[in-house]
Amino acid sequence: MTETTKPNGAWDVFMSELNALAEDQADRRALSGVDMLMLAPENWGKSAQIARSHDARWAGVWADDLSGRFRVDCCFECQGRYLILRTAVAAEHPELPSHAPFYPAADRAERHVRDMFGIRFIGHPLQEQRWTRHLAWADDEFPLRKDFPAQGFPQASTPPDKDYPFLKAEGPSVYEIPVGPIHAGIIEPGHFRFQAVGETVLHLEERLGYVHKGIEKIAEGRDPVSLAKLAGRISGDTTASHAWAACRAMEAAAGLSCSERADYMRGILAERERVINHLGDMASMCNDVGFAFGYYQFGRLRELWLRDNRTLFAHRLMMDCIVPGGVAVDLKFDDCAAMKETIATLRAELSDLIKIIDANSSLEDRFLAAGVFSPAQAQALGALGFVGRASGQVFDVRKAPGYPPYDRLDLTVPVETDGDVAARFWLRYKELRTACRLLEQMLEQMPEGAVLADWRTPEAGAEGFAAVEGWRGEILCYVRFDQGNRIARYYPRDPSQINWPALEKIQIGNIVPDFPVCNKSVNGSYSGQDL
Amino acid sequence: MLRLYLKALSTGVLTEPVPYIDKDRLLETVGLELKTAIGRKFSRSLAIRHIDAGSCNGCELEIHALNNVYYDIERFGIHFVASPRHADVLLVTGPVSRHMQAALLRAYDATPAPKWVVASGDCAACGGEFGASYASCGAVKNVLPVDATIAGCPPSPLQLMQGLLNTLKVL
Repeated sequence: MTETTKPNGAWDVFMSELNALAEDQADRRALSGVDMLMLAPENWGKSAQIARSHDARWAGVWADDLSGRFRVDCCFECQGRYLILRTAVAAEHPELPSHAPFYPAADRAERHVRDMFGIRFIGHPLQEQRWTRHLAWADDEFPLRKDFPAQGFPQASTPPDKDYPFLKAEGPSVYEIPVGPIHAGIIEPGHFRFQAVGETVLHLEERLGYVHKGIEKIAEGRDPVSLAKLAGRISGDTTASHAWAACRAMEAAAGLSCSERADYMRGILAERERVINHLGDMASMCNDVGFAFGYYQFGRLRELWLRDNRTLFAHRLMMDCIVPGGVAVDLKFDDCAAMKETIATLRAELSDLIKIIDANSSLEDRFLAAGVFSPAQAQALGALGFVGRASGQVFDVRKAPGYPPYDRLDLTVPVETDGDVAARFWLRYKELRTACRLLEQMLEQMPEGAVLADWRTPEAGAEGFAAVEGWRGEILCYVRFDQGNRIARYYPRDPSQINWPALEKIQIGNIVPDFPVCNKSVNGSYSGQDL
Repeated sequence: MLRLYLKALSTGVLTEPVPYIDKDRLLETVGLELKTAIGRKFSRSLAIRHIDAGSCNGCELEIHALNNVYYDIERFGIHFVASPRHADVLLVTGPVSRHMQAALLRAYDATPAPKWVVASGDCAACGGEFGASYASCGAVKNVLPVDATIAGCPPSPLQLMQGLLNTLKVL
């Protein structure tokens, strides 16, 4: 973390104001190289107010049950640097001031903590409204408390969650459209509730949590290899990046560094993941406006890369390639040469296709000015990845704070400001080209050497934090080890957890038939958000 | 527009009549066998409704791939339909999350008999990485009668086709 030593005016002011709130001002700590401040619970809300005044981005909150008290961590990012705030509340009376009045991104995240731990966030505008919990467990049961068994106390059949209080519009000609959880296509489940007049959407409310599988709970007690495997299945389309984030966090806890070659291999896997997903999204966005040509062409390119993945890494989606201590795959000289050729081919194909797409007026008609997410909205939400960068937000973990191997590569982060479906399409195209350049650099610079370091068992209580730029954006990961190399706590924050509310905003004022393309242009992961 | 036609023409027909895996005409063979079986048992048309009951979305990506130009599964008589009311087969992925249990049962009830359930992917087949917990019912067979399973994490398009073929053989 060389970045942390650089002088940075705005950051220093931000830190000094927050530091004045800290419990013991001499007690400067760090978690995996990230600054950490300990706060008294009563200063928890005030800290968010200060952070907001410095335009810091609210990045996530997670809790941990330390028998008798709950520890709560919140992550902010300011000027490309992370800060973790930490507090603890007594288990008998678990209450904290809410961050949601200052940060909309904290809304669902705090409700998730409330549903899972029973910590109440005072001042939260939807304090009583559950989020992750439907009806699979009772409102006085909290699955992430240590005294709650992973098997729980399930009923024979879980009833449908039919009484969730959706916001309703009323008035002449207003009607409601319930959609899901099962949708019409080959897609994940979730519920969307539209309030509409004619074709125009007045309000959209998402109700997610349908694919909640208890990932945080079933992570407990696993060993590092098994946790990496689970992390690779948080969201199947982000298997490499989630495994990378989990491994980086575990390695930080263990004080282990990967070989340089392993870092490059991980970078290659993650950029290939970006390529296949962006190609898939661009295909689907074309499909959602009935442009079959684009659907087939981008889908064709995606399939070619999936097949290459299978040849090179024995798995089309590259699952289980990133493991604690390094990677389980390696590239031979011939493989690198072949990959360079396919990159050149992809670049040429993309140049062909983008000209055709750019000249297509019917596509332009559907993409341009549809689903606008303004830079101000994106900033307020702290939108991540291509959703944020298509709306003027420059943040990219690869750039700042940066991590290996990207700190050794030449990377320009493309940004658009129109914030519409077209901008999110165009940004993916630019990110494809960036990924091609990064892949070429990595293939060129990758040193020889081993790709897997021997694992070192961390001591009980060792913690690790990591951030990785997945193809959807920033992934955060926190782990705490128990004794005997076992995981005591695992929290992965998929970018979808932050980005899903963006869809509610961008759909307002758009017509109902544009929902599929608006949805695809954001493409949140249901599984990554529901955990 | 001219560029579009040129690109489409120069891309040509990619749908695979020829070998891809193990150089043994597997895709074509499996495809033709599928087509024959569907012809015999389902009057040439098998309607599948896919339901994600809790998957990580890896399975969905590969089911999607069945519709790309290389596999073009519709040519063998298989189509994915939007409603369980139009379906012969429910292709269920994921462990069944408890929050999806009611929706899955309703979709099953909405599917007209005769109907078959195929649990696709390791999670659906046996619970996979997630198993049964406070949040998950585990394998699909814990919730619905299952007629066949397809292994894989996730099953590749070819494994899906082979799995469907094996399913048709036992029906």
